[in-house]
This record gives sequence, structure tokens and C-alpha cells, in this order.
Amino acid sequence: MTHDRIGVRKTHKLFIGGAFPRSESGRTYEVATATGDFWSNASKASRKDARNAVIAARTGFGKWSAATAYNRGQVLYRIAEVMEDRRAQFIDEVMAGEGVDEAAARQQVDAAIDRWVWYAGWTDKIAQALGTANPVAGPYFNFSIPEPSGVVACVAPQASSLLGLVSVIAPVIASGNSVVAMASTERPIPAITLAEVMATSDVPAGVVNLLTGDPAEILPWLASHADVNAVDLTGVTDRDLAISAEREAAGTIKRVLRPAPEADWNADPGMDRLRTFVEIKTVWHPMGL
Amino acid sequence: MTRDQTPSNAVELGAFLAGLPGVDEVGARGRAAALGTRSIKNDAKAWALDTAIGMVDLTTLEGMDTPGKVRAMCAKALRPDPTDPTTPSVAAVCVYGDLVDVARGAVGDAIHVAAVATAFPSGRASRQVKLMDTREAVAAGADEIDMVIDRGAFLAGDTWRVFEEIVAIKEACGSAHLKVILETGELRTLDNVRRASWLAMLAGADFIKTSTGKVTPAATPPVTLVMLEAVRDFERVTGRRIGVKAAGGIRTAKEAISYLVLVKETVGDAWLTPDLFRFGASTLLNDLLLQRQRMATGHYSGPDYVTID
Repeated sequence: MTHDRIGVRKTHKLFIGGAFPRSESGRTYEVATATGDFWSNASKASRKDARNAVIAARTGFGKWSAATAYNRGQVLYRIAEVMEDRRAQFIDEVMAGEGVDEAAARQQVDAAIDRWVWYAGWTDKIAQALGTANPVAGPYFNFSIPEPSGVVACVAPQASSLLGLVSVIAPVIASGNSVVAMASTERPIPAITLAEVMATSDVPAGVVNLLTGDPAEILPWLASHADVNAVDLTGVTDRDLAISAEREAAGTIKRVLRPAPEADWNADPGMDRLRTFVEIKTVWHPMGL
Repeated sequence: MTRDQTPSNAVELGAFLAGLPGVDEVGARGRAAALGTRSIKNDAKAWALDTAIGMVDLTTLEGMDTPGKVRAMCAKALRPDPTDPTTPSVAAVCVYGDLVDVARGAVGDAIHVAAVATAFPSGRASRQVKLMDTREAVAAGADEIDMVIDRGAFLAGDTWRVFEEIVAIKEACGSAHLKVILETGELRTLDNVRRASWLAMLAGADFIKTSTGKVTPAATPPVTLVMLEAVRDFERVTGRRIGVKAAGGIRTAKEAISYLVLVKETVGDAWLTPDLFRFGASTLLNDLLLQRQRMATGHYSGPDYVTID
């Protein structure tokens, strides 16, 4: 006699401070595949989850920003290694979530993994590219060096659920920031799997925090939060929401990135994102004899 | 002896303490946990935050304390949030005895100055040394003395020795208020917490205090609940109101508010005043201020907006 196996139903959780908590609110929402079939449940983060994520990110920032650039590069490369091991899972999830064929999904997953490698290479070159030795009229060495901004809140692209997400968070953490990222609302599953990759790839707890849910509910709290140093509005599709977030962010003088919606994530990322989330510190150092 | 009489010898005291009913430990934990889940919002939360700030004994008890650090702490005690003058002052500052004059000079008569005395935190010194420690702190301007009990004697069963010591220190305090630190983390059982609470109250304590902050666990809700119940029972038989100070390990505004719930539900509104309930804390104040700013501005605040202690 044979039995139909009972399916393992999933309710995915958030990723905050290296742990996988349910939403504090207890809420979930249904995630559908691109064809409209029920896929699984995801946690619907509340403002208090966002608050907890910022606290975790602030804690994670201390260790991560103090790590050597070389070490950060190793950790980012390790993320690529672990993602590579889960390649098949990511391809399935991108296919189901974005409704693309296998070849297109594979291309996206490969590009996402390669992006980690690319930014891993950047970590110990940011200072050379963005820093300068400045000629000054006096007996001083004068040089400018980039330092990470702090805690960065990102709204990840809505359409490109994996490559877009990686393209948004990798440049933020490459320079030593920590991140609170909101995954694509309707396509959050690759982000949840990416959280599992983060948890197993030497990224210190709190450096990457991933929330699923509705940006319209959470973004205003992140944009006005006094302990968030920058916001990235890449995935905000509602123009009014983006404008109000910019206004809120001005209240505590945050850096804001609001690029044109849905860029081509396969293009060369360039240095714009790396450059946005650093502060330039200039040092005057007396010359000896 | 009955509960409202002062014991006159070791046998009477020992028999009385042994006769106290035992504490239902599971029940105490359950009760404390149940009260800790209560949600306090909006107006009630705003009231609770200000009340909690007004109950803080802002504390620095480190070997590396300097006069400058004590003065900085005193400035913060008087005006916890300089950006918002409606923020209340804390109840007191709490320092080592040798820094009392610095603290008193900095706060004037605006708030209390508490000094830890009697060979804090271990309490391992002779009676003479403890009395001298106390007298010096009072002479330097302390109007509250936080003494530690001799846990070694208590655990060895020599409760009379502990009793006599509290009586002697109380006398040395003069008009200063005496807080008796039970160091519940070292008493091991809630039965012992109840016995030590009664012992201290019978000996003349004005406050009973959970911990030095140097031992883990420090203040916990079940321990505080047992002490509050002892205080409630003591008031019923003697009419005297004894204060309770929860010290050590309380770091968030949420925890502090749950302690206030514990106080209200155990001893009632009368104890929701700095004269009868205190928090011994250093980092707690910052979180209370952050939550207060959150309520005032409507957005989350961050550690950049309070002082680094």
C-alpha cells in the first residue's frame, strides 16, 4: 500500500541579528509563484521588527566596520562559495518566483554569485579608489579616506528578486556598513534562502538583516529612525512613498540613494553604490623633519 | 515573638525566620512572568517612563571611577535629557563612599546622594571597619546608605549576627536612610530571599535592595516579587512602609515598566514613588530616555542622541 507523502508546508521567517525570528506581530502573508499558485507563507514584518533589525545592525556594525578590508573580502567571497553550493535551489526559486525559464534563471543566479566575487575584490581597493592624498599649502600630510556610513536601510528591487537584492546589499556591506534590507514583497523566497546563506558563511551576526513584508508599512519608520545613517530606495515603486521617505530621512540628515527604478542588473555595477554609502574623512597630519 | 515585635535574641529570631512559610518558587516565577507580559501603551507608557526615570539611582561603582566621571554622572542625573527640559531628574546618584563629597558638591540638595558602605560589594570586613565606612560616608554628605549583609553569616545560619550588624549600621546612619542589600544572587533560594527580607526589615532597614550589581543573577522579577510580598506583609502587621530597590541587570525601558507593573499589582499604587521603589542602574537611564524621545518625536531615536556613560 502506498501513501501520498504529506507536503512540508513552510512559513518562512525573518533574519535579524543572525537569528531567524517570526515577526513580532505574528503576521504572515501568502507568497504565490509567478503563475499565481500558492507557494508558501512569509513573515510580514512590523515596525518593531524593523526596530529590532536596526539594533542588531548597529551591534553588527561595530565588529564589521572594525574588520580589516582584507578580511571583509574573504567573508564576501565565502558568501559566493556557499551560494554556489545552493545554486540549484536558487535557480528553482528564481524560476518559480519570476516566471523565467531555466536558462534565464541560471544566468541570474550565476550573475548574483559573480557579483559577490566582484565586490569581494573591491573591499580592499575602495580606499585607494575613493581616497586621495591632497596637496596643501603648509607643512602637513593631508589625506582623505572613506569610512562606512553606518547602518543602511535598503528596499531591494521588486522584480529582480535575487540578482537585484545582491546588487543592492553587496556594495553596502563591502565598505563595512551593516544593512537592514526589505526583500521584494511578492518574490521574497530567494531572499530568505540568501539569509540562510548569510547565517552559514562567516558574516557576523547583525551585518545583514532581511525583512519580508510591505515597504509602505516599514520604510517610513526606517527612514525616520535616528540610528539609521542612510537609506536606499531602489525598490520603492510608489513615487509618493519615495518622496515622503526622502523627507523623513532629511530630518536626521541621512544619505539617500534613489536611482531610476528597475535598472538593468546585469550591467556593470560601477562604483556608484560603493561611493554612496561611505563618508570621506580628511586628516591633517603634521610633517616631521 | 510575633511578626510585629523586634526579636531580642538569636533563638527568637532563628525560630521566627524558620517559621516563615516557604515560597512557591514555580508560582512566583509564573506570577512574575504573567505580569511581565502586560502591554503598556501611550499615556500609561509616557507616565511609566517618567516615573521610572524619577526612580533611578544613577550608579557608578567601578574601581576606575574618577571625580570627573562622578561629576559628569551627576550632571546627567539632574538633567537626564538636556534637549528636553520636561524630563524629570533621577532620584539619586549612587557612588562609593570616598566620592560622596564630589557627588554632593555636584548635585547640591537637588537629589539624594547614596553611598555604598560596609565593605561593598563582598561585605567581608570587621564590624569596626563597616561602621567606620558608614560614618565617613554620612559625614561626607550621603543621605542614603546602601549596606551589604554578611551573606556568609546568613548562609551559615548565624542570622543574629546579620541582624545585629544591620541594627548597628542603622544607628551609625543617623538620619540617613538605610538600604540593605540582600545580594539575592548569592542567597540561592527564594525561601532565603523571604527570610533575609524579613530579617532586614525587623532590624530597621528603610529599603531592601536586591543586589550589588556585581553578582549574576542580579535583580530578577521573581526575586523582586518575593521581596515586594515581604514588604506588603510587613506593612500589614507593623504599619511601616519599607521601600524596595531592584538593582543590577535591568537595562531596557520595557523591563523597567514590567517592574512597575509588579509593584502596582503586589503592593499597590502607594509604592509607585521614588520614596518606596527605586531602580539601581546605569545603562537603564539611556534606554528610558530613548523611549521618551521616541514618544516625543514620533520616530525611533538612537544612541547618538544620549550621552555615553
